[in-house]
Amino acid sequence: MHVVACIKQTPDTAAKVEVKDGHVTWGDAALVVNPWDEYAVEEALRLKEKHEGKATAICMGPESAKEALKTCLAMGCDEAILISDPALKGSDSTATATVLAAAIRKMGDVDIAVFGKQAIDGDTGFTAVAVAATLGWNALTFLSKIESLDPAGKTIVVERSLEEGKQLCSSKLPAAISVVKDINEPRYPSFMGIRKAAKANVPVWSAADIGVEASQVGAAGSAVTWPEIYPLPAREGSVEILEGSPEEIAAKLADGLIAEKVI
Amino acid sequence: MPTIFVYVDQFKGAALSASWETMGAAKKLAGEMGANVTALVFGHNVEGIAKESFAYGADSATLCDDPTLADFRAQPYAALLAKVCADGKPDVVLGPNTTRGRDLFGMAAALLGASAVADGIGLALKDGAVHVTRPAYAGKLLSTVVAKSRRPQMITLRPRAFPKPEAGAGASGSVTKVEPAMKEDDIATKVTGYSVEEGRVNLADARIIVSGGRGVGGPDGFAPVRELAATLGGAVGASRAAVDAGWIPYANQVGQTGRTVSPDLYVACGISGAIQHQAGMRTSKLIVAINKDAEAPIFKLARYGIVGDLFKILPALSAEFKKRLGK
Repeated sequence: MHVVACIKQTPDTAAKVEVKDGHVTWGDAALVVNPWDEYAVEEALRLKEKHEGKATAICMGPESAKEALKTCLAMGCDEAILISDPALKGSDSTATATVLAAAIRKMGDVDIAVFGKQAIDGDTGFTAVAVAATLGWNALTFLSKIESLDPAGKTIVVERSLEEGKQLCSSKLPAAISVVKDINEPRYPSFMGIRKAAKANVPVWSAADIGVEASQVGAAGSAVTWPEIYPLPAREGSVEILEGSPEEIAAKLADGLIAEKVI
Repeated sequence: MPTIFVYVDQFKGAALSASWETMGAAKKLAGEMGANVTALVFGHNVEGIAKESFAYGADSATLCDDPTLADFRAQPYAALLAKVCADGKPDVVLGPNTTRGRDLFGMAAALLGASAVADGIGLALKDGAVHVTRPAYAGKLLSTVVAKSRRPQMITLRPRAFPKPEAGAGASGSVTKVEPAMKEDDIATKVTGYSVEEGRVNLADARIIVSGGRGVGGPDGFAPVRELAATLGGAVGASRAAVDAGWIPYANQVGQTGRTVSPDLYVACGISGAIQHQAGMRTSKLIVAINKDAEAPIFKLARYGIVGDLFKILPALSAEFKKRLGK
């Protein structure tokens, strides 16, 4: 069985993200594997270990994204592939899905593609389902548990985490799945894993290698543009510190909340 | 005449409040575009929702009522939405940014070669295109995005970011019935069941949220947090620290790696307000912070701050609100 974890490199969650001259910056904060994707990598590794398969991590991004792929190798992925090409710059979620779907198609033998529920920079959450639609696969999103998987019968039973609670479903492979934090606890890379990853060669596939035309991807192939990005407006007003005994504080707060019509 | 489609998200036959918020946003946009608004109602035994959509402003409704649509499943719903859009050629398609809305719009846009934008909190019409304001970088920044090509413009809207219109009495419109796009035998996924917690309040829909963090000290420390939430008719939230410590399930986590919420009232109890937590709650309309540490960053977001012991403050608040609310 071949499991592919599709990851993105993003700034660390603790990064102070700012806008300078219309561009997003995060100072000297580290670039990491998108935190949601760590759960995807872990689940890919668990599936590979349980079913004696192969786990590959793939990432579309600049040369620097090799570092994120090396983290995946250090965690235990068998292979990692960077998809990088100047023509891919500026891809929206649909164009990104075109690229990832083409890479998965090129591999030929993929049974399941695992995604984090969204990337913490773009936050669209569309990529997993768009890859499924592009490949003609089924999509299973927001998974909090894989109950069972039968590689020979190509079936999977999962638990999904919805607003209303958990949903149980059975489905067929191949499928694109997205996972939430509930599903596992991502492992730390082992010392041996880190040494192995440091020496590993991460192959780079270009747009031509995966058979996509420059017009289908990157800024040229993307419908959505981001003409403006800016910091959140500061919250109006300043804090009013309520003082007194707990009872006095409670009375003042109740007065305030009733006056502001929030209760 | 231009057309706007609104996907009316429903769960077990009841339309979500966020669906009618989306309808309100669509009506406003339709006014500027000179467009008609059509409600898209997919499900089983949901004809009532098609009628209900007129009360919230739909001019007409497209109804697909079929047993294969009883549970939301991405494949048959997306195939149907793609078919309805290919036939009706709307300019804009709006839907709520729920788990279902995201799946549906992401998949249908890819099938149609349309443009897709997620999680809008503002809409403006400029030069014939819809400019969408949306959070990025987990709510640390805002961006304006626009689809320069590829129609329809498929946009999901964040629940509680747009006002829900008042339901108008006596409104009516025409309902067009359509057939599903897939047969049961061709649908890969079968839904076998749900486990829905009793009395659980959906965080994304909650008007009031009371959240606990590291300062509650343990699982039992959530008791006064729950009591205040129950008194106010709100939901219980938590910071990542409390969830990671195993004091409360992940479903309650608010923040960058949890749920993003925008209630009218957010009460943060024993939460310092790390940047990751702020990302999930800073669009709340009014924030109350209760913390021992007067320097905690949460006070910078708060309208009211209480520096003190939450175990003394919270019971006093519950008692006072019970009195005021006549409970």
